[in-house]
Amino acid sequence: MRADPKGVLTGPHFLDGDHACCEGALAAGCRFVAGYPITPSTEVVERIAARFPYVGGIFIQMEDEIASSIAILGAVWAGAKAMTVTSGPGFSLMMEHIGLAAMLETPAVFVDVQRGGPSTGLPTLPGQADMMQARWGSHGDYEIIAISPNSPQECFDLCIVAFNLAEQYRVPVMFMMDECVGHMTEKVIIPPAEEIEVTERRYTKKKPGEYLPYLTNGDMIPEMVKAGDGYRFHVTGLTHDQRGYPVMNPDCQEKLVRRLVEKIKLNADKIIRIEEDETDDADVVVVSYGITSRVALRAIQTARAQGIKVGHLRLITVWPFPERRVRQLAERIKAFVLPELNYGQMFLELQRAVEGKTKTYLVPHGGGTVHRPEVIYEQIREAAK
Amino acid sequence: MNETNPVEQYLRMDRMPHIWCSGCGLGTTVNCFVRALEGCQIPLDQICVVSGIGCTGRVAGYLKLDSFHTTHGRPIPFATGLKLANPKLKVVVYSGDGDLIAIGGNHFIHAARRNIDITVVCVNNFTYGMTGGQVTPTTPIDATATTTPYGNFEEPFNLPYLAESAGAVYVARWTTYHIRHITKSIKEALQKKGFSFVEIISPCPTLYGRRNRLGDGLEMMKFYKENSTIKNGADTREVGLAFKGHIVCGKFIDRERPSFLEMYNLKMSERLGSSYKTYEGIQ
Repeated sequence: MRADPKGVLTGPHFLDGDHACCEGALAAGCRFVAGYPITPSTEVVERIAARFPYVGGIFIQMEDEIASSIAILGAVWAGAKAMTVTSGPGFSLMMEHIGLAAMLETPAVFVDVQRGGPSTGLPTLPGQADMMQARWGSHGDYEIIAISPNSPQECFDLCIVAFNLAEQYRVPVMFMMDECVGHMTEKVIIPPAEEIEVTERRYTKKKPGEYLPYLTNGDMIPEMVKAGDGYRFHVTGLTHDQRGYPVMNPDCQEKLVRRLVEKIKLNADKIIRIEEDETDDADVVVVSYGITSRVALRAIQTARAQGIKVGHLRLITVWPFPERRVRQLAERIKAFVLPELNYGQMFLELQRAVEGKTKTYLVPHGGGTVHRPEVIYEQIREAAK
Repeated sequence: MNETNPVEQYLRMDRMPHIWCSGCGLGTTVNCFVRALEGCQIPLDQICVVSGIGCTGRVAGYLKLDSFHTTHGRPIPFATGLKLANPKLKVVVYSGDGDLIAIGGNHFIHAARRNIDITVVCVNNFTYGMTGGQVTPTTPIDATATTTPYGNFEEPFNLPYLAESAGAVYVARWTTYHIRHITKSIKEALQKKGFSFVEIISPCPTLYGRRNRLGDGLEMMKFYKENSTIKNGADTREVGLAFKGHIVCGKFIDRERPSFLEMYNLKMSERLGSSYKTYEGIQ
């Protein structure tokens, strides 16, 4: 299915990442946004509030992030594509509803424009320290998808991907921006609507009475219905069976939670997007994501100029993590170097995937600004020895 | 003879028996609710029920309607999303005092302020039943709860006054003794445009009643019968509840105020003129 031209501002633009994210959501068909102001994400909803009345969408500024994060789920069950937008403290408040979205298998996009933390931290300055929270923040076992754009262009392009993946897998998708990417202004090309691929919701063709909300047909992803269509369906955050009815026993728990986990895990190869550069004969591979990938590029260029064989693996989807590819590389390279604006979140996952098969070096940074490229370069040089 | 209870068609009979204790008032409220549906000519396929967590939170799951059992305290914002994305839906929030007024209190006042076009039914039993009988923001002073073993000392909310002050356009209170009144009020609330609120005082003999020596369900109903008066249009400031005190019931508020979407469409067309197309739901 192609994008609805009504929401697509085709042409070249000069946009910051927050505004580009808004345009990406519009192009993806998002017509319901609930949000609460928080730096550095507010520009997304400000633009949404200005744009929506012209495209038949509705924006509501809720009383807090808790309300925002469940209002979007209500809207989805009424047939909308929906997202909410926040930063660290608000993201913390949304965790329970990320779990609810996972449990009800409600497709929705949660945008987190990351700033320095913990707590109020550095509201106007960048961080990448919500990466583990995106993956594990709500209680219980579940899987999500998380995407990390590194430019305003990607804020547009990948926001569409986020909506599409949410629909395809009926899963909440975390759109993990950061303050730098959100506030940097660059050229953004918005393609014609007919060139934008949009995944529609998979509604059941079954009649009321024949339909079971959580019956799967082998692909692990049940078909949806929406309120008002006569199905008289029930959904609950309690452990439930195929009828959507609560069942309090370990067998039902095992069936349901295993499927919630496996529908992402077993499809990981289809979901994962990475970008590789000169990894074929590399001695050292730099793993990076978001704004840090652009800083790392400078360090990689310097290292190559010094004759070091260094490759680059950029995570576009950060969750699920490309552990298979990482393990392949680990068999033959000397070391991985991972710079990030935290004290080792994705690094922990990298180490897990590497299974001790090669060396791993973290280049940590508390956030508030980006790394100096020299620091990453020094680590590459050290790792190549 | 093959007689079925006329309310069965509204219930998920495959989920019976329900989990509520004998003497609990929740079944009575559900009975009144479905009888209100019978009479108000809204197509059942368009009615959604949203509940939070707790004993009353289980109502959504027993109704044979599009029904959502959400998170603790958050049925109102969920309902807000449902209603705004598809204004043709008739959205009912059905939950308890702890869910709606403690953890969900902020959403309650803001939905009333915005005049979101939903009906909120609050079954007020003065306790957290599902977790074993803790104090809530409606527990009267001196009532005993597991977390106020020496009696409650916090001032409770007077819900009709709170709802009116926050902006609700329809406010009524009944006890589970007043079954015809409940039905009538819910019918009116469903037909009212804007944020409508019906409080139903309901017995929890297992926890609140037993701990406070109020007797079984029947005795609590007798208490409601003997200690309540109907005062339609009463000043909501005067209807606060005391422990073992008198209960003023009635329809207190029935007024007109533009709903959220009416205001939205009005103000958008004022500002944007002919370039604005009235919002009637996500296309």
